[in-house]
Amino acid sequence: MQRRSLLTILPVVMLAPLFTGCGYNSMVTMDEQVASQWAQVENAYQRRADLIPNLVNTVKGYADFEQETLTRVIEARAQATSVNIQPDNLNPEALQQFEQAQEGLSSALSRLLVTVERYPELKANQNFLELQAQLEGTENRIAVERRRFNEVTQQYNSYIRRFPQLITAAIFGFEKKTYFEAAPGAEEVPTVEF
Amino acid sequence: MNYPMKYQVEKFKEVQRRVLAGLMLIALLTPGLSQDIPPRPQPPRLVNDMAGILKEPEAAQLESMLVEFDRASSTQIAVVTIPDLGGYDISDYAFRLGEAWGVGQEGFDNGFVVLVRPKAAESRGRVFIATGYGVEEYVPDAVAKRIVETEMIPLFEQNQYFEGIKRGVDILISLTEGKFTAREYMEQTEGSGAGWGLLVFLIFFIVFILRSRKSRYRTMGGDLPFWAALFLLGSSGRSHSGHFGNFSSGSGGFGGGGGFGGFGGGSFGGGGAGGSW
Repeated sequence: MQRRSLLTILPVVMLAPLFTGCGYNSMVTMDEQVASQWAQVENAYQRRADLIPNLVNTVKGYADFEQETLTRVIEARAQATSVNIQPDNLNPEALQQFEQAQEGLSSALSRLLVTVERYPELKANQNFLELQAQLEGTENRIAVERRRFNEVTQQYNSYIRRFPQLITAAIFGFEKKTYFEAAPGAEEVPTVEF
Repeated sequence: MNYPMKYQVEKFKEVQRRVLAGLMLIALLTPGLSQDIPPRPQPPRLVNDMAGILKEPEAAQLESMLVEFDRASSTQIAVVTIPDLGGYDISDYAFRLGEAWGVGQEGFDNGFVVLVRPKAAESRGRVFIATGYGVEEYVPDAVAKRIVETEMIPLFEQNQYFEGIKRGVDILISLTEGKFTAREYMEQTEGSGAGWGLLVFLIFFIVFILRSRKSRYRTMGGDLPFWAALFLLGSSGRSHSGHFGNFSSGSGGFGGGGGFGGFGGGSFGGGGAGGSW
């Protein structure tokens, strides 16, 4: 009995370095890729948040501009910048919270842009037009970085679930990571057609 | 006699059915590829008029102009026209195409994609200039927007596609070469005033670039030292064909007088702007 269990354990022990050799390092690399891509995602969102003070100042110059819409944007921005996730803390709940905060800002911004339609003078303002182009640019960057994040996450996820890496993953506790989900309406970029 | 014959026909039908099923499976799997972004042109070309809006000599003239620019500066401008966006947003299509073809040099990401979807009977025409990471500083989004709105679309509206594309490309080249800066361009094309606003915007923009640069180079893990990034940033005002030229040798095919040497593997991060008419 004793001898038989030894016979089964021995090959496993002998094979262990082989398993770690063939998967562990790649997992670490991919894990890091996901983390750095997450930084890029946050960076893109930060870029959008940084645009807002300038946008608000430009719009504020128009005395009769609806104060409520502006306040909403400012509040949503504060909300959005307060939610940050460390890459090693990327669980579904945290991601959802992040998404919610950013979505709040997206909808506040699109409301602002719709309101602007009623102010032809502001709409023609050079400064405002430039800010609008930049805003569209940041939305594009956000979309690109989110897509890349999902791509590297997908690479990592499918890697750790394949044989034989799944053994290494189980031993060292590499877990499946969360994707960005396209929430209904979340992809609606505040674009204004001319 | 009758029976085996019938059997054979049955068997033949069976084989036929299987082959057909196999073919259908392949057909089902491939649309994912064919409906997506068109593959990199073979042999490589910078002007790809898939919508057929340019005349032969016009396309050739654009091509030689762009090849010349690529050779001098290693900056690649791909001009692509397509009849149909396949359900994509034009910006998304441009980024994906730039990424898939690798427009610009790897590590420098100095590529542009000028994508035109001509106006059709029942849909608006669309145009988008996508800027690679490395040229965002020469052509910020607001400038790309200005180029599209004031240079290209007015000509496109009169069906002058070649003239419009050439105008846009000329300005992209001048901006990248440093013949004039984004700021000078904006001032030139501006009717009047808004001076301080522009200044604020520019300062703001530089801060963004610095910020995004910083984190980008950090995450790239020492691909390019930070001082080099700063150097690249700092050189925006001058002509930089000298030091960019050094890197173009990597992509090969630069024999005297030859054609385009091939795309270099540049990457796109969502910069650029577009418009419709």
